Amino acid sequence: MINSVEYFKEKFDLLQHANKDSLLGSVHQQAFNAFRTMGIPSVKHEEWKYTRVGSLFNKEYNVVLEQKPNTISEKEINAVRLPGHEEANELFFINGIFSFGLSKILSSKQLVVISLKEAAAGEYNDVVSKNFNHSSNYLKDGVNALNAAFAQEAVFIHIKKGQITEHPVYIYNITDTRSGNTFSQPRSLIHVAENAQVQMVETYIALGHSQDFTSQVTEIIVEKDAHVEYYKIQHEGRDSSMVSTTHLRQVGKSYTHTVTVSLDGDIVRNNLNVVLDAEHCEAHLYGLYFQKGSSHIDNHTVVDNVKPNCFSNELYKGIIDGDATGVFNGKIFVQPHAQKTNAYQSNKNILLSDSATVNTKPQLEIFADDVKCSHGCTIGRLDEEGLFYLQSRGISEKTAMALLLHAFSDDILSNIKLPAIKNYVDELIEKRLEM
Amino acid sequence: MLSIQNLHAGIEEKKILKGINLEIKAGEVHAIMGPNGSGKSTLASVLAGRKEYEVLEGSVTLDGKNLLELSPEERAGEGLFLAFQYPIEIPGLTTTNFIKTAVNEVRKYRGEEPLDAVAFLKMMKEKMALMEIDQRLLSRSLNEGFSGGEKKRNEIFQMAMLQPKLAILDETDSGLDIDAIRIVANGVNKLRNKDNAVLVVTHYQRLLDYIVPDFVHVLYNGRIVKSGPKELALELEERGYDFIKNELKEAV
Repeated sequence: MINSVEYFKEKFDLLQHANKDSLLGSVHQQAFNAFRTMGIPSVKHEEWKYTRVGSLFNKEYNVVLEQKPNTISEKEINAVRLPGHEEANELFFINGIFSFGLSKILSSKQLVVISLKEAAAGEYNDVVSKNFNHSSNYLKDGVNALNAAFAQEAVFIHIKKGQITEHPVYIYNITDTRSGNTFSQPRSLIHVAENAQVQMVETYIALGHSQDFTSQVTEIIVEKDAHVEYYKIQHEGRDSSMVSTTHLRQVGKSYTHTVTVSLDGDIVRNNLNVVLDAEHCEAHLYGLYFQKGSSHIDNHTVVDNVKPNCFSNELYKGIIDGDATGVFNGKIFVQPHAQKTNAYQSNKNILLSDSATVNTKPQLEIFADDVKCSHGCTIGRLDEEGLFYLQSRGISEKTAMALLLHAFSDDILSNIKLPAIKNYVDELIEKRLEM
Repeated sequence: MLSIQNLHAGIEEKKILKGINLEIKAGEVHAIMGPNGSGKSTLASVLAGRKEYEVLEGSVTLDGKNLLELSPEERAGEGLFLAFQYPIEIPGLTTTNFIKTAVNEVRKYRGEEPLDAVAFLKMMKEKMALMEIDQRLLSRSLNEGFSGGEKKRNEIFQMAMLQPKLAILDETDSGLDIDAIRIVANGVNKLRNKDNAVLVVTHYQRLLDYIVPDFVHVLYNGRIVKSGPKELALELEERGYDFIKNELKEAV
């Protein structure tokens, strides 16, 4: 079981031995100390009230901490590639360890992909020291700290100044569970330089039938006039659980657009932080979760308005069926100097069964006095009137439900701006709707 | 074609229809008029199979098929069509996709092959021209942000696409100005033929200037209390529903 500090202590000391004096080494050490203090979050932790992550740590896992020989064949890799991959940069994490061997860079003019160690030791030292583990300011829990402590094989991605990345960046997180339960901790630091543009798609795949637990942290720094689209697609099976953190920090007037689509999994917890740390930033946060069976999905979002004149719009929609549970926790902070903030948030849910559950909790913490903020949430059943209207035109109840649920999802899906990915997700939803 | 016998129906504990009898033959247009609360919309809803309503007694057959045993979609398959008083807005579902699904599900019910994209498009174009409806309206989300007139025109367009045996128009004139009424009525008239029938449910006579009925029935307190030729509608318009109520009182 990986539920004790002692379990990780020995492993940590071994890894840490080599680089304890470096910049990263001291961050790892601080993070490990934080992990020791905070431990694994229980339901008493306010931010983990509805998601019992403890049960995930109470299991035996293979814990992969360093590069191992590749166990995955070309054929298996091909089978998990996303549509449009021919025209995409492809980055692979295997069991949480970044694989340079498998990754493919098409846009080498625009994109630098190196290990975080190399970045910290070289010309990106300043970026790394200012930004690596910035998420820990927002996520004060042992899961986040544990990832930072062990992020030895993390990757650093740099989108060069003034460059439009013509090919999207696909990031695959593959867990090989064929030799047993696997715990993995992918970590990335992505730096989108001034006036650069990039579209990223991240997805998760488990190979095998044992259980996998992925604890991931992706930190993205967005500089002035940069433009970032980030899509996260989660549709692993019931053997897969994850805590997946995306931490976006907009340090110059910039634009970000994220869409998180969660269609399956055992326990899935997403943390999305958007820190608006410069004036006139714009952020769009969209999410769709569609769960059935005993699946549990938790979307925790934070929009932190640090500087004045920022705009954010957030819309999350959920469809919960069977015994599944959905959690939405959306926080908007408006800091004392962040006047003229415009921040909107909405969460809408449809429950399809009597045993489906949604916990939704919008939170506004406003410390400035000249702002426009709104939030709202709804939980309801599928609209009976709409269903009858469609049925009265000859459409069977089942098809009518599918059409209505697809329509409900549409204002999230239409925000996926990569056509190949949009079609792919549409198809996943169609399949899911053949309930 | 449609035969309603001694139909009693209600919602929750409330009995609304108290013994309706009505026969409609192919090629005919019937109008059901009545004051508010008389049961007009309930009748339309019960015929289309809205599940909140409970049928307590009686029978309804369409060309011999017992409609009351069928789901709403099966009734549509059998050739029943209800033009809604308040068409539902469904953001995210395009009108075209909706109609294509409906047409093909009805074809499937009737044991016909689904239309392919080309055949469907051809049919759409034909009916669009007939109904004078704009392509732009059909590529938008179903009824979302449509004006009252556009919604009702869309209802009649759906009717044109589904080619029902019996169309029930539930207060189709409500909320429409006279020009919109004329356009909608024109559409209905173009679809009329010797094999189909129309049941117009309305509070006011004005729609009947454009869709001229063969028979007018007055619904009051859950029963058809008077039937007559189209002139009955004019009389109602002139004298109000009170004269019916008074007649009934005198009879008692």
